[in-house]
Amino acid sequence: MTQERLELFEVFIRSKRGLDHKHVGSLHAQDHEQALEYARDCYTRRSEGVSIWVVKSSDICASQEEDSESFFDPADDKPYRLAGYYKLPDPVDNM
Amino acid sequence: MKTTLDEQELEQIFQQRIDNEQKIEPKDWMPEAYRKNLLRQISQHAHSEVIGMQPERNFLTRAPSLRRKAVLLSKIQDEGGHGLYLYSAAETLGTPRSELIEALQSGAAKYASIFNYPTQTWGDVGAIGWLVDGAAIVNQVSLQRTSYGPYARGMIRICKEESFHQRQGYEIMIALAQGSEAQKQMAQDSLNRFYWPSLMMFGPHDSESAHSARSMKWKIKRETNDDLRQKFIDQTVPQIMFLGLEHPDKEIRWNEQRQHYDHGEIDWDEFNAVINGNGHCNRQRMEHHLRAHEEGTWVRDAMTAYKEKQRKREVQVA
Amino acid sequence: MSDEDLKQATLDYTLRLGDDALVLGQRISEWVSNGPFLEEDIAYGNVALDYIGRARMYYGYAAELAADGRSEDDFAYLRSEREFRNYLINELPRGDFAYSQVRQLLVDQFNTAFLDRLVESRDATLAAIAAKGIKETRYHLRRSREWVLRLGDGTAESRRRAQKGLDDLWGYTHELFEPDALEQRLAKAGIGVDTAALKSQWQQAVAATLGEATLNLPQEDWAVRGGRTGYHTEYLGHLLGELQSIYRSYPGCRW
Repeated sequence: MTQERLELFEVFIRSKRGLDHKHVGSLHAQDHEQALEYARDCYTRRSEGVSIWVVKSSDICASQEEDSESFFDPADDKPYRLAGYYKLPDPVDNM
Repeated sequence: MKTTLDEQELEQIFQQRIDNEQKIEPKDWMPEAYRKNLLRQISQHAHSEVIGMQPERNFLTRAPSLRRKAVLLSKIQDEGGHGLYLYSAAETLGTPRSELIEALQSGAAKYASIFNYPTQTWGDVGAIGWLVDGAAIVNQVSLQRTSYGPYARGMIRICKEESFHQRQGYEIMIALAQGSEAQKQMAQDSLNRFYWPSLMMFGPHDSESAHSARSMKWKIKRETNDDLRQKFIDQTVPQIMFLGLEHPDKEIRWNEQRQHYDHGEIDWDEFNAVINGNGHCNRQRMEHHLRAHEEGTWVRDAMTAYKEKQRKREVQVA
Repeated sequence: MSDEDLKQATLDYTLRLGDDALVLGQRISEWVSNGPFLEEDIAYGNVALDYIGRARMYYGYAAELAADGRSEDDFAYLRSEREFRNYLINELPRGDFAYSQVRQLLVDQFNTAFLDRLVESRDATLAAIAAKGIKETRYHLRRSREWVLRLGDGTAESRRRAQKGLDDLWGYTHELFEPDALEQRLAKAGIGVDTAALKSQWQQAVAATLGEATLNLPQEDWAVRGGRTGYHTEYLGHLLGELQSIYRSYPGCRW
């Protein structure tokens, strides 16, 4: 008995117009076309989406845990990129 | 400055993260035992969803109204969907679904023993939705805060979908309890047969539970078996009362001091007997699963062959 | 035709369509937990659900037309096999996956053409049911077409099974295009669909898919008819026996 050897796809769904596609999970399918259909059947049974993306999991290039320090820590010391860093004078309470 | 951390330091960072209520994500370093423990729990959960389709499937073709048939079909289909979400979460740990299913088929992996009980009447479909899904939800709500990110996200999605499962089951019970004398008896009989097994779903007492302590430390589990079980017992009492049915536990009594219901002891011998293969359906469930899988072999092979042909054609065209 | 006749004819017609949807929906639902892999199990379940939903809409409308206190469930659960009027192709057992998908292709292709016309019915309710149904059916057809391609042009075994399914089913397709007097009358009245007019379009589309799937168009030397007159295969009695067992065991109960 052969086991299922389909490819792994990641599924992204736009839940309504104006929003980003969001990762919701994965599934197995033979090709992109079928992955799209199964995404429709498995991830939008309750009208969760208006648009679907599927991507082969093997095509995703992900940052690595061991790179985390050099990737993300350097941004920690730049609070001046955030609005909250700047104190507004009281009379100007909104900007 | 040294650049690589040793195991102990990695484990410290890992535990720190968990203590700080941060999620562990797939690419993070994690102790091998954590990975194994998770994989065992998530895959067991996934298998349970998939095997759990069978007892309700037993009444799908006989559902006594078209509305009930549509509801039951969507519910069973959801169970498959939840199996899919969970396999999906398990695969992020680096083990392909085919291996997980092989483990189920070889008996190395388990599924929830509740599904080894037979469904005999339409009332059982109501009782499963109400009690079995009800018990599952108590557990799953708690697992929405589990420490592994993909598992927690899967649980959130599942809980959102699953509350309809319990309600449709309870709705069936209400219809029966308010129906003819025969229907009322059907409801009572199903309650009697499924009440205790659904309490067993929370697993052995904390003192007896093999994986409990470490799972709590790693926040794979967030509440203990006994605490979750108590929650379920408490919430079920008024539901039984509303139906006007007799409570199957003769020792059920409100304890003012504990602010919980005291209850009778579970028959753990039965629990163990069913787990160990003495349930009515243990063999049937596995055979069904294997047969479907086996009958699907040529379909899966055809897909592979077709894809290969397509690929070759594309190469030729190019 | 008097208004009363027309109403009775529309009721009978609606029941036929309801029977088609229910019987096939019931057959497809037998696949639940038996699919070749999990995604397909879930996806095919959606198709079954569409059919059961459609049956409810037809029977619901029939109940409205009959206006004699019968409910959608009474139509589904209290009529015998001689009273059911579904096409025979819908009641045949599920067979293997190839058989089911080939049947699906034949029926989906028919329904695509049929519902496309029924959308224009002068009967607003039938038109509305068709408008909902056609969207579902286009998706069903997309699925069954792809499956027939995969299985026909897959391995030697899948091809053999698909061809066998096709050969075994082909003789049941003829009656789809042979409207009886009632159906012709309703087609003329702008309420029903003249299915005879759909045949060449259906044949072309089916032949194109089968060709692409490297399957052979069966020799047309046999045909079984009778669904619309209640002359069924032996399979329907068992299907209904199962479907109706609980409902009939407890007369008059609500569920």
